[in-house]
Amino acid sequence: MERKKFVSLMVRYGFYALVIYFFVWSFQKNYFSYLFKETETFVLLTRQHLELVAVSSLLAIAVALPSAVLVTRPRFRQTEWIFTNLANLGQTIPVLAVLALMISILGLGFKTAVFALFIYSVLPIFRNTVAGLNSIDDRLIDAAKGMGMKPHQILFRVELPNAAYSIMAGIRTAIVINVGTAAFAFLIGGGGLGVWIFTGIRLFDNSALLSGAVPVTLLAILADYLLRLLEYVVVPKGTRPSANA
Amino acid sequence: MTWFQEWIEFLNVNLPLIVDLTVEHVALVGLAILVAILIGVPLGIYLTTNEYLASTILQAASIMMTIPSIALFGVMIPLLSIINKGIGFVPAFIALVLYSQLPIIRNTYTAIKNVDPGVRDAAIGLGMKTVQRLFRVEIPNAMPVIMAGIRTAVVMNIGIGVIAAFIGAGGLGVMIVQGIVRTDQYLIVTGSIAVSLLAIIADVLLGSVQKWLTPKGLETNS
Amino acid sequence: MITFDHVTKIYEGDVKAVDDVAFTVEKGDICVLLGPSGCGKTTLLRMVNRLESITEGEIRINGKSNRDLDTIELRRSIGYVIQSNGLFPNMTIEENVTVVPSLLGWDRKKKRERYHTLMELVGLDPAEYRKRYPHELSGGQQQRVGVARALAADPPVMLMDEPFGALDPITRERLQDEFIQIQREVKKTILFVSHDIDEAIKMGNKIVLMRDGKIMQHDTPSEILVHPKNEFVSRFVGKDRAIKNLSLHTVEDLQKEIGLGDINETIQDTKTVNIHQDLRNTLSTLMNQEAEQVIVTDDHGEKLGTVTIDHVQRYLHLEIREKAPVSTEG
Repeated sequence: MERKKFVSLMVRYGFYALVIYFFVWSFQKNYFSYLFKETETFVLLTRQHLELVAVSSLLAIAVALPSAVLVTRPRFRQTEWIFTNLANLGQTIPVLAVLALMISILGLGFKTAVFALFIYSVLPIFRNTVAGLNSIDDRLIDAAKGMGMKPHQILFRVELPNAAYSIMAGIRTAIVINVGTAAFAFLIGGGGLGVWIFTGIRLFDNSALLSGAVPVTLLAILADYLLRLLEYVVVPKGTRPSANA
Repeated sequence: MTWFQEWIEFLNVNLPLIVDLTVEHVALVGLAILVAILIGVPLGIYLTTNEYLASTILQAASIMMTIPSIALFGVMIPLLSIINKGIGFVPAFIALVLYSQLPIIRNTYTAIKNVDPGVRDAAIGLGMKTVQRLFRVEIPNAMPVIMAGIRTAVVMNIGIGVIAAFIGAGGLGVMIVQGIVRTDQYLIVTGSIAVSLLAIIADVLLGSVQKWLTPKGLETNS
Repeated sequence: MITFDHVTKIYEGDVKAVDDVAFTVEKGDICVLLGPSGCGKTTLLRMVNRLESITEGEIRINGKSNRDLDTIELRRSIGYVIQSNGLFPNMTIEENVTVVPSLLGWDRKKKRERYHTLMELVGLDPAEYRKRYPHELSGGQQQRVGVARALAADPPVMLMDEPFGALDPITRERLQDEFIQIQREVKKTILFVSHDIDEAIKMGNKIVLMRDGKIMQHDTPSEILVHPKNEFVSRFVGKDRAIKNLSLHTVEDLQKEIGLGDINETIQDTKTVNIHQDLRNTLSTLMNQEAEQVIVTDDHGEKLGTVTIDHVQRYLHLEIREKAPVSTEG
């Protein structure tokens, strides 16, 4: 038992050491120089990046949630598989293709980038919301009806709270992917930290590369962490998967 | 000529290129998956014997998954430049192997963990040695779930493989990247459709492999 | 009072789930809808609160057709308990119990008081469970909460769809006993679906035995046991219906018919039973001890006499064989 714990600790500290070593090495090589030399540009690019993610994610949530609720209503139940399959199919189209196709349709610019990111974020949120709503035990709905809840009360008091875990997981996945995908916005003139990454790749400029790539990575990890915290607040205690294990 | 006719014409002319790039794409993803399986499955099995290590490795793998692919490629360029392999096949290959680890390790680990304790006890009761138990009872029972993990990893990697074109790793992403640079719709559409088809075909194929690998007795509950 | 006035339910494709059913559940009674699965008992129950529509006929609750009320109003005025308890996993126990009061817009103080009363009624500590969630409770506890929730707005009528069906036999029996106690206090008019004859005998003032959507027999438990109307009823009731019938009679009944035996002080280790104990349990006490007799006591512990297996047998002949000339199955 003690030996197993020891191995695990060694591996854990090994990871930490690698990460620390990476940062030390990059600083020594001056690979983060852009962050200090061009702090203003960095702030601007980060702000653009966050704007792209925020606007497209909010739009995606605003569209995906209601449509998922709509297709799971009894009236539309029969057509639901069409939407779910379309969403599954959409997910196999590579991110880059979605972005590229948007250029041909909408031209270059921030709006195109937002729209492409939005399209790509809608799918996981929609899918997870539908899955969450469908996974609710029919007997719960029956009990709710039987005690005289109106349809909107069933939706807001029973269905959505019990699907919250799945919905939040979908939103988290979508936003974390979105942070990464937003780097491609550069390609369609949408700005963001991708500017430095792609400049770095093109010009073999490691400083530009890491000054863009490392902040994007940290943003993604931070977004994941914050959304997990939010999940903890939003998801009712009795419905968390660990609770039923 | 309509847009569609022109596109057919384009396909005709570029068919050899499309085939070449597809082969490159499949080779990159296939090789990466093969290595990922060789690492991930044994590791996943080993982790079932060490809870502490399991949580550490799974945490690390899930953080790995949150790292955006373009950023990971970006970070790998300067690192691998040390051995003069900053761009091309090597960084793409390493990135794909890393991304595959979470689905493969996690599924292997949970599948082996979830083998019915009664079945495991029965195997011990029959006098099977640990290795026999692993290969005759636990792995066959866990196979469908392990396969599902591999399937997820393959479909994901086909998509990420597109991005690898930015760092000169070839594959179908080349068409899309070139299409963006030259604002050539035919290249973009062709590349996108080819990659999507590839992902769908891989998904369907691996789905049937998964079904085929499922022991007859398990079919209803898997 | 619930009146079923020639109620019929036809599903698409001309399937008659319920076929011209007519009977009345008296105020304060528990009426058990009994029958094999697919006999239409659950459909009939769900027509009362209009979870299923009525094809023909009418269901009246205290004289008013349930079609005249808005479905939402109707359902809020009827308690509903289902097999899987249907507690909402996202709500605490307190929130679950007070769901209907919340829908009705009660203020917080009133809800809290109601929660306390109900939890005490179903035998759970209100303070201990207030902030807990359904998954933290055992099946039996969850079902108690389910009953409390159905009673929350004090509905005059309750519908219970195999409420104890998913529980283990020991817990089920305990909850049945407790529910009978609760019913003595609250005196609701209850429609209770079951597929278990023993449960029906135990819980029901009346039993409606159904098959293929039709009523086979509507009677008191003892009449159904003693005078099954037809082959189906007697088969459903089972070969051991004489023994089952014993649970409807107490030692007191036996004393009245044939009297008790004398107490033989020399016999060691004799167990005692209360005079109000039913004969089925008395018989099983007799079977499970060395001595041939049990001592009967009254409520104050005063010894009244003894009962032996022979007594029970004689009573059985007298009470049941004579009243039930149908067959020799018993």
